Amino acid sequence: MTRIKLLALQIAVGLGLIALWHVGSTVPIFGRTLLPPFFFSTPADVALRVVQMIAAGKIWPHIGTTLTETALSFAIGAIGGIAFGFGFARYPTMAAVFEPYIKMANSLPRVVLAPIFMLWLGLGIWSKVALGVSLVFFIVFFNVYRGIQEVSPVILANARLMGMNERQLFRHVYWPSALSWMFSSLHTSVGFALVGAVVGEYLGASAGLGYLIHEAEGVFDTTGVFAGMVVLAIFVLAVDVAVTAAERRMLRWQPGREEARA
Amino acid sequence: MAAVLPFKPAATRETTAIALNDVSIEFRARGRPPFKAVAPTSLTIADNAFVSIVGPTGSGKSTLLNVIAGLLKVASGSIQIFGRRLDGINRDAGYLFQQDAVMPWKTALDNVALSLEVAGVHREDAQGEARAWLGKVGLGRFLDRFPHELSGGQKKRVGLAQVLIRHPKILLMDEPFGPLDAQTRQIMGNLLLDLWAADRKAVVFVTHDLEEAIALSDRVLILSAGPEAHVIGDHRIDLARPRDAADIRIDARFHEIHRTIWGQLKAEVAKTYGADG
Repeated sequence: MTRIKLLALQIAVGLGLIALWHVGSTVPIFGRTLLPPFFFSTPADVALRVVQMIAAGKIWPHIGTTLTETALSFAIGAIGGIAFGFGFARYPTMAAVFEPYIKMANSLPRVVLAPIFMLWLGLGIWSKVALGVSLVFFIVFFNVYRGIQEVSPVILANARLMGMNERQLFRHVYWPSALSWMFSSLHTSVGFALVGAVVGEYLGASAGLGYLIHEAEGVFDTTGVFAGMVVLAIFVLAVDVAVTAAERRMLRWQPGREEARA
Repeated sequence: MAAVLPFKPAATRETTAIALNDVSIEFRARGRPPFKAVAPTSLTIADNAFVSIVGPTGSGKSTLLNVIAGLLKVASGSIQIFGRRLDGINRDAGYLFQQDAVMPWKTALDNVALSLEVAGVHREDAQGEARAWLGKVGLGRFLDRFPHELSGGQKKRVGLAQVLIRHPKILLMDEPFGPLDAQTRQIMGNLLLDLWAADRKAVVFVTHDLEEAIALSDRVLILSAGPEAHVIGDHRIDLARPRDAADIRIDARFHEIHRTIWGQLKAEVAKTYGADG
């Protein structure tokens, strides 16, 4: 299938769904509107609201807040995950001692931590960052840990025979291997950073896309909720494009990524 | 046995590159008696000599090589490399592995240059040298390729350049051409012979392919079936050099040597299979 054809089909599916929504919410069928606008709003209203929000410029600070929280969550979570991943791989005794606690902490649904973080860190961005970090950290940690353990013994033996010392082994062997594992989970970890930010905002904040949606919900402003979701979806798509670009750059050496060379 | 004379160390006046003195190798696993891979073995390998080790599967060929490389510890005995006792990694050895050992996250050029960079050579100088070596192994046009963009034979060439660029005094090869097809193996064999002729060093070449061993070597050692493998045959190959790894196989003398050694090897191979069933 050509790219154009694929794109045309993708757009057609989107338009079809919007058309269904439009008909369901505006055209009465047998005297009944299937999707009452009070609960479902209408595509035209939502589009208008999105345009208004962007035109009035009041959306940008919210996007900025959510982006800052996402970026901070990812950066702090990733640094922590990398540090602990290397530490645990390096000191197996420490890894063995901490293993049950790591597992316990990771199996805890992170949403229950949100109120605690809010108590500790207030309603500002840091309680959201903390929630995001608690999600990102474990993904990066497990991948880095795995990446170090999965280094091929042959490559390791070759590197040692080349005369590499510990520092060189870290730089030329362990680090690239760990990074490749981390980058292959980049979509997941960035996604979780965003989830942390939005859920945190939703539970209590004064800015951000999650806050915007929550506010609209509080006054039964369905159009506002949908408009917030549309903006959030566009935002997520943009972040995803950026992540894909970063991933292609970093993992250029992996098989099946030849298109990245173009 | 007039055709193939047993090897007589006394007849040579070369320096000894590798000396194994009563070396035995064991693998220990918890809850099981130690597995005696190699029985006490003594053996010397001269500098400038191309020596092949052949033997049935599981005869400890690779194990012996890993011990010479310093990757494995001996259970008893000692190893001397150019007269010095080996302790830890063998710094005089270059090792070409059977599996791909090049780093998948580095280009061909960076992989080869890295070999010098870790030894403290400046990056630009290392890259220049690496470019020259990749040319020598016929990869001048593939400098910027990542390993997954190269064929099996090309990856082996990168590995060969990566090892040879350091000019190791000893070259250890563990079935390096094992995964390659027959034609590529012969081409690689000739490439190896050319590079070796230019800078003769001690080579220990492990293979299960007797023809390959005879075509390339000065000396072929036969290892018995494991466990407790030991050297049961030591044959000098008196074929003239320079050789062509493909053409030599139709030489009458080649066949004569092959018949003699195969007679001995066949019995060992049969033992391996006999033990299973």
